[in-house]
Amino acid sequence: MTLEEILIQHSPALVIAIPLLSAFLMPLISRINAKLRNVFAIAMLGLTGCFIWLLATDVLTSGPRVYIFGAKNLTIPVVRILFEVDSIGIFMAIITIMLAIIAVIYSWSFMNEQDGLDKYYTLLLLLVTSALGMEFTGDIFNFFVFLEISCIASCALIAFWVTEGEALEAAFKYIVVSAIGALFVLFAIGVLYAQYDALNIATLAQALQYTFLDKIVLILLLVVLGMKAGLAPMHMWLPDAYGRAPPSVTLIIISATLASFYGVLRVIFTLYGNVLTTSMRFDFPLHVIIGWVLIVLAIVSILIGVIMALIQSDFMRLIGYTAVAEVGYMFLAIGTTVAALGAPYATVALQGGILHLLNDAIDIGLLFLVAGAIYYVTKKRSLDDIGGLARTMKYTTVFFIVALLAVAGMPPLNGFTSKFLIYESVYQLNPILSIVAILCSILLLAIFIKVLYAAFLGPELPALKDVKEAPKSMLLAMGLFAGLAILIGLFPNLFIDTLVKPAADALLNHAQYITMVIGGI
Amino acid sequence: MFTLESGSGFWNPLIWILIVFIAFLLFYGIRGFGKNIHKKGTEQTKAFLSGNKESAPEDMHVKASNLYWGFTTSMKALYAGLRKMHTGNTSDYILWFVVVLAVLFIIFGVM
Repeated sequence: MTLEEILIQHSPALVIAIPLLSAFLMPLISRINAKLRNVFAIAMLGLTGCFIWLLATDVLTSGPRVYIFGAKNLTIPVVRILFEVDSIGIFMAIITIMLAIIAVIYSWSFMNEQDGLDKYYTLLLLLVTSALGMEFTGDIFNFFVFLEISCIASCALIAFWVTEGEALEAAFKYIVVSAIGALFVLFAIGVLYAQYDALNIATLAQALQYTFLDKIVLILLLVVLGMKAGLAPMHMWLPDAYGRAPPSVTLIIISATLASFYGVLRVIFTLYGNVLTTSMRFDFPLHVIIGWVLIVLAIVSILIGVIMALIQSDFMRLIGYTAVAEVGYMFLAIGTTVAALGAPYATVALQGGILHLLNDAIDIGLLFLVAGAIYYVTKKRSLDDIGGLARTMKYTTVFFIVALLAVAGMPPLNGFTSKFLIYESVYQLNPILSIVAILCSILLLAIFIKVLYAAFLGPELPALKDVKEAPKSMLLAMGLFAGLAILIGLFPNLFIDTLVKPAADALLNHAQYITMVIGGI
Repeated sequence: MFTLESGSGFWNPLIWILIVFIAFLLFYGIRGFGKNIHKKGTEQTKAFLSGNKESAPEDMHVKASNLYWGFTTSMKALYAGLRKMHTGNTSDYILWFVVVLAVLFIIFGVM
């Protein structure tokens, strides 16, 4: 075996091990030198990114990979965990590592004058580990463990600006909501284990009969993971947390939120994939009921997100509500796929929803970085207290305009590409849903035009005369996001053919997942 | 590489950029027919506010909270309901979670 083959073989473990071990090494490295700490953080994330890249090339060319921690044979009772890496897992891991690397680049300047950065980077790496773990694991209890790590690390990071009372309040709310959600997930896993004597997702998927207890498990997992993904009306923790955490932290929390959304996909398409066509009362197949439940919650999320964002004057909180609306668009696509399972437009909806995952991370991430840059130079959060910043923050203004157009789904940026696929497919299921989604997108444009006018245009305010452009590392982070938004907008097929379509196929082809893992065991 | 097919339609960013570019050229061409009578720093460039004195520029900046005043006022009832829903109280956050759980239990129970 060549070195490259050995590295590829062990890459699923290394992708988790590198950030995890780096997190525990961080306090030691920080004692040596602050610069070394920053270099170490980006180097370790870069290395993780390299292993994700290696794994991605392998998974996209040779199919899903199963990695076993523990005994190879099940001849004796053993504790062992399976990692199952398929195209959707890889797609999510790419988003996570992209957000993490950009967050660290941004942090170099943004967090430079803060205390406790050893703890900050430790928690940040732990959060990245947990998100990657949720995306790679093939074991439902292991998923719960990573979900818990993500909750605790996120809570501590949200409260990082510990002197601000509202940050502590947001962290408290987050941990209460997360802890209660996690308890329900644990209960659901216990019910599955009691019934089927298994914790492996593929084994459970094969054995699942859709009994009364399985119904309860389905509802619990959907609602909890939906809440963790920011689905309305359980979204209220999201603007609090996103609005109060440092923007670099928000980027990583976005990846944890998206990992919960990935959990919803796994539950519906893989765990319950075999029973989706089960006929219920009144001859309704199960997938139609799940699909329409998701669609209703998605429309509520979009409406509440945009309507509430319109009246916000705190910039970061405004983006938080926009993020709720964006999560709604993703659930609308997934709901359409599930409701119309088997129809040709269902696949297009799924591709649109998956691409929107990436676009949401880029667009909402960029908006938070712009809000962070404004906060960094003005120390103000409220849009009422700022204005005329385009005179002094030219690059930031350009990045904001890119983010504005992208998040509102304006061509030729990335947001349009995914929303185009979503609108077209949703229209075929029900035109009214599509019209509501388009109208809300127009409202999103109106919301950010308000921000553009209030923050960047208008006369120069005397209090902000001495404001300068954001530091270079922050500009670089924003530039990377803006570049990606333009790149995906101009070359959508480059991303759809190589990443999105395989990810959608991996979800729809749950039989392959089960065979692969059961065969691997 | 550039054309994205959705099954029922297509999207090509290059065509869009080309159309925008042609539209820009058209606008620029039409603009060329106009007369340049604008003179900087004269009475011509001063704002006419029905004889009222012009305020300092920073006082004339419309704050973010005041933008879309008409929209938010006409939607007063909706916003009152939504504000009532967003109490900021953690117990209410959990209450909404329980409500959604209960509704789904009923839907899946009946079906």
